Amino acid sequence: MTRLQPTTVLESLNAGLHQALADNPQVILLGEDLLDPYGGSFKVTRGLSSRFPERVLTTPISEAGITGMAGGMALRGLRPVVEIMFGDFSTLILDQVVNHLTKFSTMYHQHVPVPALIRTPMGGRRGYGPTHSQSLEKLFLGVPGLTVLAPFHHRGPDPALGGPGQLLYQAVTQAEGPVFFVEHKLQYLLKLFDPADLGEYTLTDHGEAAGFPFYRLALQSAPAPRLTLAAYGFMAHLAMEAMLALAYEHEIFCDLLVPTCLAPFHLAPLFEAVAGTGRLLTLEEGSLSLGWGAEVLARTAQALGPKLRQAGRLAGAESVIPAAPALEAACLPDTADIVAKAREMIEHHA
Amino acid sequence: MDENARLYEQIYTIRHFETLLLEQFPTGIFAGTTHTSLGQEANAVGVLAHLQPQDVVVSNHRCHGHFLACGGDPQALYAELMGKPSGVCGGVGGSQHLHWQNFYSSGVQGGTVAMAAGMALAEQRAGSGAVVVDFLGDGTLGEGIVYECLNMASLWSLPVLFVLEHNHIAQTTPSRLALAGEVPARFEAFGIPAARLDTSDILEIHPLAGQLIARVRSEGAPQALIIETARLGTHSKGDDVRSAEELDALWRDRDPIAIHGARLPESQRHSLDRAVEERIQGAFQAALSAPSHEERKP
Repeated sequence: MTRLQPTTVLESLNAGLHQALADNPQVILLGEDLLDPYGGSFKVTRGLSSRFPERVLTTPISEAGITGMAGGMALRGLRPVVEIMFGDFSTLILDQVVNHLTKFSTMYHQHVPVPALIRTPMGGRRGYGPTHSQSLEKLFLGVPGLTVLAPFHHRGPDPALGGPGQLLYQAVTQAEGPVFFVEHKLQYLLKLFDPADLGEYTLTDHGEAAGFPFYRLALQSAPAPRLTLAAYGFMAHLAMEAMLALAYEHEIFCDLLVPTCLAPFHLAPLFEAVAGTGRLLTLEEGSLSLGWGAEVLARTAQALGPKLRQAGRLAGAESVIPAAPALEAACLPDTADIVAKAREMIEHHA
Repeated sequence: MDENARLYEQIYTIRHFETLLLEQFPTGIFAGTTHTSLGQEANAVGVLAHLQPQDVVVSNHRCHGHFLACGGDPQALYAELMGKPSGVCGGVGGSQHLHWQNFYSSGVQGGTVAMAAGMALAEQRAGSGAVVVDFLGDGTLGEGIVYECLNMASLWSLPVLFVLEHNHIAQTTPSRLALAGEVPARFEAFGIPAARLDTSDILEIHPLAGQLIARVRSEGAPQALIIETARLGTHSKGDDVRSAEELDALWRDRDPIAIHGARLPESQRHSLDRAVEERIQGAFQAALSAPSHEERKP
């Protein structure tokens, strides 16, 4: 079957799932409203039920049940992929992830593979309001035994899958333990980029240690960076925009570190970058307290000591995310906020 | 050995295992806590006697009886309860988190029903012909995920036998304070046929369980077996608030060992008892003398 090469994150993730189902008969998809012609709320599963009707199960609205069942399936040889329609609903599966899936793989004290993957779209900026806009992945970071992944909109080495699809394919077909795969609603429509096309960024993959890509982006032909940005998912896209604005409008040069594996924390490439700039600004859409940035910063401080001269965190507000677009925008960090925060760090505290 | 004697030997194995465990608990050789199967031995043996090698068992916090009835090693279970490397799960799981061959247990209520349903789906797709037997208690009926999974088990015709050990008490709360409506209706609402027994007699449980497992296997669809039973022991080690009169009556009327033991000739029962006690004592001693984990920080 000839398929067009994906050009967006959505198409890339869709291609990754197509390939995983095609290559491994143990892969099975479960979720709400997955069947064609609808193909899932955000269309990541489009076309899969037509091509693999026996292995795409549309389910009742039972997030905990299907996640718990995925644990049982994984214990008995399948590779289930569960779609949680909105990331907000992932609170409903926490017991299954924390007390069941991640425990099976460790508490029985023998090699017990639990290759279950849960994927879900987080994030706001769509006006969906307080219970359909959150970025709750911090609830899943630091759960022992759980791998948390977030795709980056890079074309990647395999043009048939794209970077996000390659990451999803790798996790679905090769993971030994449970995986929580964090997507972002606005990330879906991002075009896959390739530094060679744009000529603005240089991109290096430092992911060898973590087993998943860990990207470092810098601007081509720019002076040495003075500030390291760290971000993942859609925030990495905003950070890329901010890098350009900071360079062209303010002559502040940054590098950007983008992990695709959020947990367990493997931050060596970040430490290396911050050792050069001495400054770290973490960016995330979820609320600030006890978030991803807090852990990244703590680990960087531990690793670098006084070489980390300045640190900042930019995150979502500690509030509900209102439905009204203007109110929502005020809650969530955008490109201008990143630029402002970076300028504050460089210009006022240099 | 005839069938009656064999069943008796198995239920008495569980009984003596648990009795010795509770006797020895105050000495401090066991780690953490434990939930014994006292009074519910006939459920475990009566149901699990019908397993075929490919079948899968999912149990809950009160899992010792189920583990032993599956053929689990008493020495490995004692060692697990002592937190030793030679335990079923190397001492990591403890009393309520066991995995051995096709036996799995876990300690959070409700999640094991999801686990069982998912396993049944995997077995169905693999065409293994396996039946998944899932033990749950009446207390578990309070968890919402149970109903999500009963729905999907029925919707997708999954080969599971749900065995509800209805002992009428959840930790210290009597089921009349926790359960509204009729228990069979909770299965029947999803189109799962629910057979009901009110007995501690293995000769009533054993044949019906056999029929139901055969039906799940042949029809490839879930069934429920509700066994009204009696928890003769405490919830864990010393937390029973039932009156002495109530417990005396349960021991008098609902002790599966007494009920079934009365069918054996005195001399046969006596010699079976001694053999079981010797084996369990030997398992206990072997577990006790096995090396312990060294304390070390990761």
